[in-house]
Amino acid sequence: MSALLPLTMPDCAPVRGPVLRERGQREVFCGLTGIIWLHRKVQDAFFLVVGSRTCAHLLQSAAGVMVFAEPRFATAIIEERDLAGMVDCNAELDRVVDRLLARRPDIKLLFLVGSCPSEVIKLDLSRAAQRLSAKHAGATRVLNYSGSGIETTFTEGEDACLAALVPELAATAPGAAPELMIVGALPDVVEDQFLRLFAQLGIETVRSFPARRAGAMPPVGPNTRFLLAQPFLGETARALEDRGAVRLDALFPFGAEGTSNWLHAAAVAFGVDAMHFRAVIAPGRERAKRAIAHARDRLEGKRIFFLPDSQLELPLARFLAQELGMVPLEVGTPYLHRAHMAQELALLPAGTVISEGQDVDRQLDRVRAARPDLTVCGLGLANPLEAEGLTTKWAIELVFSPIHGFDQAGDLADLFARPLRRRDVLKV
Amino acid sequence: MQLTVWTYEGPPHVGAMRIATAMEGVHYVLHAPQGDTYADLLFTMIERRGKRPPVTYTTFQARDLGKDTAALFQTAVRDAVDRFAPQALLVGASCTAELIQDDPAGLASALRLPIPVIALELPSYQRKEHWGAAETFYQLVRALCSGAGGTTTAASPSPGSSPAQAGAQERDAGIDAQSSLKIDIATGPRPSPGKEKGAKRPSANILGPTALGFRHRDDVVEITRLLETLGIGVNVVAPLGATPADLARLPEADFNISLYPEIADTACRWLERTYGQKTIRTVPIGHGATRDFIAEVAALAGVDPAAALDTSRLPWWSRSVDSTYLTGKRVFIFGDATHAVAAARVARDEFGFEVVGLGCYNREFAREIRTAALLYGLEPLITDDYLEVEDAIARLQPELVLGTQMERHIAKRLRIPCAVISAPVHVQDFPARYSPQMGFEGANVLFDTWVHPLVMGLEEHLLTMFRDDFEFSDHAGASHLGHGSAPILPREPGEGDREHSANGGGGTTAVVSPSTSPLHHSAEEAERSPSPAEAGEEQKGWSPEAERELLKIPFFVRGKARRNTERYAAEQGIAAITLDTLYDAKAHYAR
Repeated sequence: MSALLPLTMPDCAPVRGPVLRERGQREVFCGLTGIIWLHRKVQDAFFLVVGSRTCAHLLQSAAGVMVFAEPRFATAIIEERDLAGMVDCNAELDRVVDRLLARRPDIKLLFLVGSCPSEVIKLDLSRAAQRLSAKHAGATRVLNYSGSGIETTFTEGEDACLAALVPELAATAPGAAPELMIVGALPDVVEDQFLRLFAQLGIETVRSFPARRAGAMPPVGPNTRFLLAQPFLGETARALEDRGAVRLDALFPFGAEGTSNWLHAAAVAFGVDAMHFRAVIAPGRERAKRAIAHARDRLEGKRIFFLPDSQLELPLARFLAQELGMVPLEVGTPYLHRAHMAQELALLPAGTVISEGQDVDRQLDRVRAARPDLTVCGLGLANPLEAEGLTTKWAIELVFSPIHGFDQAGDLADLFARPLRRRDVLKV
Repeated sequence: MQLTVWTYEGPPHVGAMRIATAMEGVHYVLHAPQGDTYADLLFTMIERRGKRPPVTYTTFQARDLGKDTAALFQTAVRDAVDRFAPQALLVGASCTAELIQDDPAGLASALRLPIPVIALELPSYQRKEHWGAAETFYQLVRALCSGAGGTTTAASPSPGSSPAQAGAQERDAGIDAQSSLKIDIATGPRPSPGKEKGAKRPSANILGPTALGFRHRDDVVEITRLLETLGIGVNVVAPLGATPADLARLPEADFNISLYPEIADTACRWLERTYGQKTIRTVPIGHGATRDFIAEVAALAGVDPAAALDTSRLPWWSRSVDSTYLTGKRVFIFGDATHAVAAARVARDEFGFEVVGLGCYNREFAREIRTAALLYGLEPLITDDYLEVEDAIARLQPELVLGTQMERHIAKRLRIPCAVISAPVHVQDFPARYSPQMGFEGANVLFDTWVHPLVMGLEEHLLTMFRDDFEFSDHAGASHLGHGSAPILPREPGEGDREHSANGGGGTTAVVSPSTSPLHHSAEEAERSPSPAEAGEEQKGWSPEAERELLKIPFFVRGKARRNTERYAAEQGIAAITLDTLYDAKAHYAR
């Protein structure tokens, strides 16, 4: 078997060129959107947004057809009379929560999710959560986090949610054997694949955070080693580190290389024999490479431009450049966590512009000037850019689709190849 | 606080976006936090627009709050005007910005922009999308018709603009007095009004169509064609496709057509007051309403209506014998008030349906719904809580639901046929094909759309005749509900055998309707071992024979039969429902 590509990275990434930082209009979702996938993951949790009609409208627009399937999220819409006085507002919230929990006694974990309006009027949701937790003790735990647009961008909603859960996690026994924690909500199918791989590697205790049920959240302590499965979990990582857990630095598990490197970081930390490691991951790694080979023909040499959306942009650009031969022109990210991204940044081709934040009109000027072969952007921009003759890939799909790990590498590559293929097949 | 999952309407600033996006040459600067740009995708995805909505968001973040969000707003305004060079600017605040109390009107007017700036006061915690659209359109019309150009901010009736000045505008308001001011706004060549050219051709404004409007695009085409046939010119269509200069020309028309009162009514009333323009208020949805509309328009314009009294195919389609089975079908109608009221008339008078429920979600038009409900002897349902609507539908068990996207989903769950008549709607109701709701072609569209989800008469007859055939068995599901409607339930082992013996048919498919499955279940239980305890409460004292007989009734009327029988049994104080009770009830409720 051919030698694996570099599995160990230089400790310190080479210093890249300056990051383009922009302020201006941002065409991004707020953190409330995270609810859409988080509520599917944690099956007995309910997400109650305390916000305005706009918040409810956003969730409805983002959740689309899911809104009708008895979803486990809702909005307590602040009305004129709630704005009159704070005391009234808290009483109202208690009333809404009581009514909700009476209707849905199966709910074990309730998140009060802060929004822009609730943050601006300084409604103290953390105190409300404590009060309601005490009131519903034994039946439902009530936590809070903010998914407001003024504080969070899209996937940062998941970060805020998980970070709020960390203090609630049980402590592991002192001196217990090391345990591995996979951090970040993954589709169940992907999570199961990773758990199988870690089991084959011989890592005994592997837990996912968040767990699928509120009562099954993993414990944490100094013996916890954690791998971030998602690049947008800065606050969660910090909270876990505050409780003594140790982050394993790795690439994010996209494509054959990213996944190998990610698994390898755990293998090293848990003292897995190198030969054994290679033997275990070889079949998946080969499958991944085979699966992306046909997309490579279409994508190699194509120039790609990422607008900021989810913080997945850098790892995805690395995957597309490293494994599919694409040329990233500009990789925009809403927020750049330098430490977590160090290895990813090091692997991006020289000359790639990294931008943090957004001034959407200026950025679109750059897109139009560069005329990339593929532009990754939100749905508010995709059709308008297509109408200008630019091929686009809408970014949200990357958050909702299973894209991590070996066996999704082909699907991931195809997400980028499909718009280009479609552009070629259409004769209208 | 109101606990909500689904909202029929967005916040009022989305209504303002619908006006701005509908128009050309207008830009809207919205003071809003990061994230509110989600609303863009309603326009780019649902309506599939190929352009970004002309909206700039300030997208302030938490770190800006301690600093100067006002300066952020002014920068955004200046940049937007430089970049997009609009002919008129709308400025306003979304729900969060309303709380931080920067003053968009004052901040924008301080910039002394060379274009009209219209400040919007949209109370996000009281009002909703349609109100926001109506208010925005009214403010635009008022500002641009009155020639409140230059750097003046027209923020009436809210505080901010000088009352004296506003009063003066009201007093001077007249076509001639204002015509000199209008030139300031008009950037393009002014179309010459028909009045100056000898033969006077009457003209009308078509008011109300917006972006994200349910079938607005095609309704405008249909109504324009109708007016054309009558020899009436269309002066301005607004806001859809209109520029600020076009709005300034509104007073040149002889009268206004309030096509969608939810959006146009406020502006129409102002135009009536200010320029004495009459308003056509008949909404031409359905064959009869279209004829009434033509009569009203022709009378007002002094033209002969005969030319336009072409007819839709609806009357003949509806009279043809295949439609006989439509008679007395029980229909539940919900939507925005305009579409609901119009649909009720069409349903009763043109389809021969029985209207069993009528409601709307926009309280501003509650009066219209109440008046209409009287015609049908109904208690109107005025609510924006979809759970109340669901309860009403479940209680009434209609045979057809006409509603919004939400009612589509409710009906799907309850396995009742449904057609969409009103916003909010999803992407499939912004079709590529021509499909107006209004005018004679609109009536054709209504006929096809509403009848399609029902089983066609012949099909219904065949289903009844061959109901024991395996293809038409209860388990084959309802073809008219579409392939996506029936949840495919995994079959329990051995269940097939039981069904075989119970129905004497093949029963090869695994489609079991949720509404009938408890019944099936209990019937099967009864067949296997008639144990009332096991069959449970739901039977309400049904004897096994009666249950089996009920199964022979076609599935699409079985729910009604069961309900009627149980009601009859309750009224008569009968505890055990036998075969006789079933047929006694049938006789009792026979029409």
